[in-house]
Order: sequence, then structure tokens, then C-alpha cells
Amino acid sequence: MEKFQTLHTTGVPLPFENVDTDQIIPARFLKANTREGFGENLFRDWRYNTDGSPKADFVLNNPRYSGQILVAGKNFGCGSSREHAAWALYDAGFRTVISSYFADIFRGNALNTGLLPLQVSDEVLALLLAAIEADPQLELVVDLPSQTLAVPAWGETVSFAIDPYKKECLVNGYDDIDFLVNQKSAIEAYEQKRAWTW
Amino acid sequence: MARSLVDKIWDAHVVRSIASGQDVVYIDRHLIHEVTSPQAFDELAARNLPLFRPSQIIATADHNVPTLNQHLPIAEPLSRSQVDKLTENCQKYGIELYGLGHQRQGIVHVIGPELGLTQPGLTMVCGDSHTSTHGAFGAVAFGIGTSQVAQVMASQCLLLTRPKRMRVAVEGTLRPGVTAKDLILYIISQLGTGGATGYFVEYAGSAVRSLSMEGRMTVCNMSIEMGARGGLIAPDATTFAYVEGRPFAPKGEAWEQALAYWETLYSDEDSVFDAEFVYDAADITPMITYGTNPGMGIPLTGHVPSQVPDAEAESFDKSLKYMGFERGESLLGKQIDYVFIGSCTNSRIEDLRTVAAYVQGKHKAGHVEAIIVPGSKQVEQQAIAEGIDKILAEAGFELREPGCSACLAMNEDKIPAGKYCVATSNRNFEGRQGPGSRTLLASPLVAAITAVQGRIVDITQYLN
Ligand code: SF4
Repeated sequence: MEKFQTLHTTGVPLPFENVDTDQIIPARFLKANTREGFGENLFRDWRYNTDGSPKADFVLNNPRYSGQILVAGKNFGCGSSREHAAWALYDAGFRTVISSYFADIFRGNALNTGLLPLQVSDEVLALLLAAIEADPQLELVVDLPSQTLAVPAWGETVSFAIDPYKKECLVNGYDDIDFLVNQKSAIEAYEQKRAWTW
Repeated sequence: MARSLVDKIWDAHVVRSIASGQDVVYIDRHLIHEVTSPQAFDELAARNLPLFRPSQIIATADHNVPTLNQHLPIAEPLSRSQVDKLTENCQKYGIELYGLGHQRQGIVHVIGPELGLTQPGLTMVCGDSHTSTHGAFGAVAFGIGTSQVAQVMASQCLLLTRPKRMRVAVEGTLRPGVTAKDLILYIISQLGTGGATGYFVEYAGSAVRSLSMEGRMTVCNMSIEMGARGGLIAPDATTFAYVEGRPFAPKGEAWEQALAYWETLYSDEDSVFDAEFVYDAADITPMITYGTNPGMGIPLTGHVPSQVPDAEAESFDKSLKYMGFERGESLLGKQIDYVFIGSCTNSRIEDLRTVAAYVQGKHKAGHVEAIIVPGSKQVEQQAIAEGIDKILAEAGFELREPGCSACLAMNEDKIPAGKYCVATSNRNFEGRQGPGSRTLLASPLVAAITAVQGRIVDITQYLN
């Protein structure tokens, strides 16, 4: 996993609530056996017509907007456990998703992919969405070590919460496998003493 | 100290706790399928790690598989390659595979309980969000992402934060025509699609207790649709009777020991829950969804809401536009094009029996295409043994071979753009059943009656 420390970029607004993982990456694109290439089909059915031509009114097709942060409505990533949703966002160049609320499995999948799920209040989210729509060049600064999101143009900084262990992992590019494999002797000791082996 | 059911099971599976507050949680059973496992196997190989406990993994091919002519090679090359990859990986790592052609093949959440692999007190995971189904047996069961699939493969453990606890009780007796599916659609419509995020939900109350195991599975299955990490129901005589005698159920002395342990699995009287809700079974009527998330459910005889909070208006109207419905309207009388009876929510033998009992001697409406996809080979064989296949055929329903099918439309079973489908599955997201498809979630009974009437009706007028 890539290390994540700071990010200076602009944001892409997606002001819908309950964006589910079937929209992020529809099931019919889950047939690959590798992790790469899912970005191409990110938001496929919102982004393209059935003939493959881009839908002009979808934000990813709007040349006004670019950047590595997706700013989305609350309860982002609900639905299926497909980690492909996080891979697709990452593959398409996003490194952070800002929302006022993330579905649990998506949050975990994002963290395991190196994509930061950054949770802000409903008020801050509404301000950000409006501000980016008014000025797509608005610079956003995410600083993971200090757990802050800054909007330099406003002179404002908000802090965000993240699990301290997951923060360490993301900042250093570590993942849980290394940690868990190192627990082998404790796991084997546990297996010896557990009661239900039926 | 009084402990809730989820805490009792959780505590029994903590290998150790780490300073930042997470627990290393031991996983008893790991279910895998073809879609979310290939990258996890690759991860192991790339790191040169062995598979830690192959005997605790159970594999099946379900998401991609065709539901016609399963004896022939899969025609679609990408689906075939994913199913082949699973077979290859299972052979390489010594994992038991209930693949195509196996007498026990089926949807991962249908075959686990059928085989007796799902038992009270266990921790179970799968790279699939509806793993919560297994909670019906009083297990802590939840969906995980592919990185976590690799973690369990490498260590049989996950690093997890203990979930918050929610108790949802439904008291009283369900009305005629109201099923487990209506009960859970009702709860989700009350709590909303993100209403239980961060929680493990324990379902309780006399209406829940009186459900069969199959009904309980339907309820727990949809826990994720309100954001819950999982759902569970304390095991009781109904649970034990279901498990007993199944291929992987404990036998003889082990059964007695298991039973003694399982009987300790309930929330202590003074357990503290972080959130509690109580509903009256008499308030629940047959349900249907009108929108594009499972929280958008109403009574069949109800109306699409006419008012929503300003902040939600844009998403709400987008959803209605997709579905072709208006604020405030009734769905009664709307013509339906497809009926899909299947998925890990409602594809078990009781569901097929419900449908058969209703449609016997009737015929589906001419313009409706009615597809029934059993959850497993075992369900299919049972249906044939009971003559359900003939009843369905005479009523114009097509009984297919087992798989996920039009629940997520990864195979050929798709609902065409713009068409309406009453489905017994669990998700009505945009395009879930194929690009542009419009899904209305309902119970198997509602689906059967809709197929016969060809439009949405107040089913209480049509009960046999
Ligand atoms: S039937 Fe549907 S919800 Fe169930 S496991 Fe298959 S795809 Fe997932």
C-alpha cells in the first residue's frame, strides 16, 4: 500500500446521498481476477450512455472539475462489500473521499486500499460542496499526520477523526496482514484453548 | 456483569487486544466465492504466505454462474475464467469446493446453513455483505472486503473494533400475509438505509422468536441494508432442531456439549444496548419498495412520501425519476414486467413452497416473465421431490438452476432497461438487476401474487 501523508488538490463534487457500491462499480465489471483497471468503469452507468458515449451532465465528464478528492453526500459506499469500489476510486486517481458519513465496510476497504475516507459534519460537507461548485479551483489540503482538512482560501481548518492504528498504517503504508501474520504464536495458543472444536 | 449476545461471542473469540483498542478476533469459518477471492489468493502468493487453516474455508461458485444448462461450460469467457480461477485456487490450497456440478452447490449463504456449517456461537466471515444471514443461528457473521479475505486466509483472524449494540424487538403476532421479508423491510423503512451503521443488531421479541429458521435468515440477511455490520438472533429450540443431523453438525457427545454451550448464548437480562427499538407486529403490513435503496419501503397499500427533508430532496427526486414514480402516488395498479424469486434473502424451500401454494391452479399474467432461481442444488432437488417444479411450470413460472442470478445480474439473467421487476432479493439499487432495471423489493408471497395479477395489488384481497 502507498503511504498517505498530505494532499494538496482540488475536489470533485457528487452531492448525492447513499451512493452505493453498485453505482461506484457495477457488478458486471467485477469479473477481473486482478486489482487493476477498475477506474475505467468507475460510476459506469452514471458516467456513460449505453453506447459508451460520455453523459455530459455527470461530474466526472465535466471539464470544470478535477482533483484527487471526491466530495460526496452522506452514507457514501453503502451496499455490497466489494473492495473493487475502493480500487476503482483509487485507480481513477482519487486519494480521499470526503463525506459526512461512510458505510462501515466501504470505510474499511478504503483504508486497506490507501484511500482516505475523511468524515466531516453535515454542515462542513454542505459548505464544501457549495464552495467547490462555485469555484472548482478551490484548493483543499488534507494532512493526515495532523488529522486536518484545510481550505486555505477561507483560512479555515477542520480536524477529522481516524482510528489511531489505521492512521499509522496509512501514513506508513503498512497493512493488517503483516501485523496479523506476526501474531501467529498467540493465535495458535488461542486455538489450543478454545472450547468448540465441533 | 450482564453481557449481550454479541459480546459473549466476541469475547470468546478475542485472541488479544491491542493498545489502540482493536481486537485480534479469531474467525471460525470463512466462506469464499469466485468474485471476491482471486485477488486475495494473489496477495498470499505475492507475499509467499501459506494458507493458515484451509479446513476452515468453504468455497462455492454462485455469483457468476448461469442458471440454465449448468452442465455445459460457462459460455461467457470472463465468468468462466473467474469460476475456473476459484477451482484452481481451491485445488492448489486444499479447500473444499462446492462448485458447479456438485450436489451441494448453491448461494454461499444458503449452503452454509444447509450443510450445518453455520452454528450458534461461531464467528463467520465472507467477502460478501450478506454474510449477516448466518446471524440467524446466533453467530457473529459479517461481510468483509478482499484485503480482509486475504488477512483471514493468512492468519484466520481479523483486526477489528468491537461494534456498538442495537436491539430491535418486534412484539406480537404478524398479520395474515405478512412474512419475515415484510418484517425486515418494515424495520429498514423505519431506521433508514444508514440507520444501523456501526452496530450489530440483535433481533428479538415474540414476532421474531416465532419465525422459522428460514424466516430468521431472511431477517438477518438484510441487516446490511440499514448499514449494520451484522444481525443476529439468540439461538433456541428452533435453531437446534434445524442444525441437528446436518452433515457438519456435531454428533453424539459433541452434540450434547455443543447444545450445553449454545444454551448459554443469549443477551443477559440487564444487558446494555447502545440503541433499542421496539415495534408492534400488528403495525406491519405487506411491504414493497418504491425507490433505489432498501430503506425506501412502504406498505403495498401506502403512498410514496410526498414530503422529504430539504437536504434529501435532490437524492430522493433522482431516485423517483429513475423509478418513474411521483411523490405522493400509490403503487397499486402499476403494471409489472418481471418477477424474480431468488437470492440469499428468499430462495429457500419455504419460499418456493409459499409460491407454489399460491400459484397452484393459477397462471401468471401473460405479459409477466416469472423466474424462480433456487438458492441451492438441495433446494432444487427438494422442490422436484415435492412436485413444486410441476406446479410452477403449469403456472407459467420458469424454475432455473441455483445461483445469485438476477439479484446482481452478473450472469445472463438481467432485467432490461426501464422494465419493472418485483424481486425477492435484497437490493433495489439503480442498475442492480441490469443497467436501467427498476426493482421493487417484496416477499415471495407478494411476488407470486403480483406475477399472477400482472400488476401491484393489495395482496390481502387475494390470499388463498
Ligand atoms: S444472492 Fe445476491 S445478495 Fe446474495 S450473495 Fe448472491 S449476489 Fe449477494
